[in-house]
Amino acid sequence: MASPQMVMYEEEFAQVQAVTNRLVQDANARVVFVIDKNGQLISASGDTGELDTTSLASLTAGTIAATGGIAELLREQEFATQYHEGVRQNVHIQVVSGRVILVVIFDNRTSLGLVRLRVKRATEHLTRIFEMVMAKAQDPFQSSPFAEITDDDIDNLFND
Amino acid sequence: MSFINYLSREINCKIVYYGPGLCGKTTNLQYIYNRTNPDAKGKMISLATETERTLFFDFLPLEIGEIRGFKTRFHLYTVPGQVFYDASRKLILKGVDGVVFVADSQMLRAEANIESMDNLRTNLAEQGYNLDTLPYVIQYNKRDMPNISPVEELRHLLNTGNVPDFDAIATTGEGVFETLKSVAKLVLTELKRGAAR
Repeated sequence: MASPQMVMYEEEFAQVQAVTNRLVQDANARVVFVIDKNGQLISASGDTGELDTTSLASLTAGTIAATGGIAELLREQEFATQYHEGVRQNVHIQVVSGRVILVVIFDNRTSLGLVRLRVKRATEHLTRIFEMVMAKAQDPFQSSPFAEITDDDIDNLFND
Repeated sequence: MSFINYLSREINCKIVYYGPGLCGKTTNLQYIYNRTNPDAKGKMISLATETERTLFFDFLPLEIGEIRGFKTRFHLYTVPGQVFYDASRKLILKGVDGVVFVADSQMLRAEANIESMDNLRTNLAEQGYNLDTLPYVIQYNKRDMPNISPVEELRHLLNTGNVPDFDAIATTGEGVFETLKSVAKLVLTELKRGAAR
């Protein structure tokens, strides 16, 4: 494997969720979510009811990947912050420690300045949490759920 | 790179459909989407040009069941097949857990198949992957077309690693789910093997 598997245990997940919950409140945002750079949704807070978060995660990761490609062509560092302004809603995207993406969707109840300020603090917290997550993933003594899976379990999944 | 979430008890894996332009990658995903129970699938997203050629990728999230209490999800992606979209293809391969190479069986596309296979190998290597060790299957698509190469010939040209391979007609669905099941099984087996190391 080219990159280590990402495993989120309950403890770190709760910490990430606490950061995103707080960001929704502090920034007065509509929705906040954290995804990994491969497009997997890690956590979501706020008014996610009507949102297709799986698709949003995949498309946001695609955007970051595409601008990352542009940066490479320009011999620039990654564009770590992006902002999309809409008529009613805006999206602020921040790459955290080169590994995960923090997305804030907000409307006119708040301002870009406040969102930026709060994202900065949340980014610091998330950086620390994901450093722990990756350290754990590389720890050979941490068990993986796959260690207990048998070939029969896999076969059973595909029995019609 | 698979993603395991203990709190929501989910395992997510990424499978990429690769192959030359117009070989039927998007058609594979469309067939899977149309034939899957609505509870088990998310929305299919296609970032395509006005002429319905894939511009960036197609995306289809699929839930295939539970394994030891973990919901197992596969995120299926296609790449744009046209030669000049190489930069986009590289991006989509990031974090891949398994690859389906869709070959176009038509004789006229033999060279395009080989070129795309070489391109897959090169682009994977750039990301630090080796096609010979990655969960990987081949599909010989468009078996219903006139002027197709015999499967033995395609196998000789493309399947040098002797990986699982399947005949398919993606428009009617023949071979589509067989291909998907095979690669999904290889991905899970590889994750299990990785955990045991």
